[in-house]
Amino acid sequence: MSKRDIIICRCEDVSLADIHEALDMGYRDFESIKRILRVGMGPCQGQSCAHLVKNEIARYNKVNPETVKIHKTRPLISGVVLKDIAESDEDE
Amino acid sequence: MINRDLVIVGGGPAGLSAAKVALDAGMKVTLIERFNQLGGQLIKQTHKFFGSKLQYAKTRGFDIAKILIDDLNGFSHDQLEILLDATCVALYPDKVLTVYQYGKYMKYNAKSVIVATGASEKILAFENNDLPGIYGAGAIQTIMNIYGIQPGKEVVMVGSGNIGLIVAYQLLQAGVKVSAILEAASYIGGYLVHASKLKRLGVDILTNTTVKKAVGEEKLEKIITVKLDEKWQEIPGSEAEMDTDVLCISVGLSPLHQLMSMAGVKMVDISELGGLVPKKTCDYETTVDNVYACGDVTGIEEASSAMVEGRICGLMAANHLGFKHPNGEQLEDDLNNQLCVLRQGPCGEKIRCGLKKVGEI
Repeated sequence: MSKRDIIICRCEDVSLADIHEALDMGYRDFESIKRILRVGMGPCQGQSCAHLVKNEIARYNKVNPETVKIHKTRPLISGVVLKDIAESDEDE
Repeated sequence: MINRDLVIVGGGPAGLSAAKVALDAGMKVTLIERFNQLGGQLIKQTHKFFGSKLQYAKTRGFDIAKILIDDLNGFSHDQLEILLDATCVALYPDKVLTVYQYGKYMKYNAKSVIVATGASEKILAFENNDLPGIYGAGAIQTIMNIYGIQPGKEVVMVGSGNIGLIVAYQLLQAGVKVSAILEAASYIGGYLVHASKLKRLGVDILTNTTVKKAVGEEKLEKIITVKLDEKWQEIPGSEAEMDTDVLCISVGLSPLHQLMSMAGVKMVDISELGGLVPKKTCDYETTVDNVYACGDVTGIEEASSAMVEGRICGLMAANHLGFKHPNGEQLEDDLNNQLCVLRQGPCGEKIRCGLKKVGEI
């Protein structure tokens, strides 16, 4: 089996091999893995990969996946052109 | 900043149903939908619904969408604003929402918010899972039932839940060959009435079997399947090849929780409900005052219960702000009874168990 060819995060092109290497290096929670691999930072903001990454973390740490916290959700949920925000009519 | 009594995020069965009840109670409502038409997943459902007449059983999904949309006719633009092709990109704890539509970035200040964003499909991890020709079941329904395009010549379906079974049947109706349905568990996940229909049409449902690898140069050409033991471990030597140009993944949905998570709603991770779902009161209010949630975003279920939950949410949002629904008390009792009936029996076991784990505030 080639873990390199199992894609976990499609937005940022992160494979299962990348996730396992990160876990082996000591990155054992979602936020840490996100910071070095960018999982959950692409256009879908983790909606596709979060449950897969969560399951891998749970398996590695031998815990129930429901107890593994995923990354913090921050505004905005999808891409918005900066110019459009700057030009939005605001009188406040 | 645009001020509204109620902003509903999501124009599917839950959001549309919530809007109708809130409007009847006299609220000024904005309904935000990301797609270019209302109806959510209903518009791709070509099959007739099960369940009770009250939730339009025996009516086809896209016809149910028409009924729900027609219910919103007759309200003035001042009372009902519908935004299509519009994404609610943020929800803040003070119930300010930002909406992005055709390059315009708008701010709404809502007295109450109903989150009815629904869910998205889960993907599966296997070798070469990024080859063209591998789709989610929802994507297949979109291209086939909305745009009228055949996804390919033959399909292997992964997952035998109701969506997998129904989409397999729809593929046959569209003249696409369904080679097999793979199911990792030892039993069929969906209703046996759907499974039997497929079996009669010659489609095999292979239990204890999953996809191990996709093979192809530019696009999918074949897959390697593997048998699983009772502990879901691969049985060595049980691999088999299947030629196919389409692989359809139907392994469940996960709630689109992002807006509530960012607004600071207390969320819990419940596997039976598909992932992160909000804690809520019996009035469907989350831990953030006057922010409500209904439909699949509170736990993966059926469109029928999404409609009932939506109506309850619309009613509660109105009640809490002092808007009187002409038929409020009777409606509340009726709706709660309808939900109980929908969740009865062995098919409701998973959702009942999941909701019990979430608990009520």
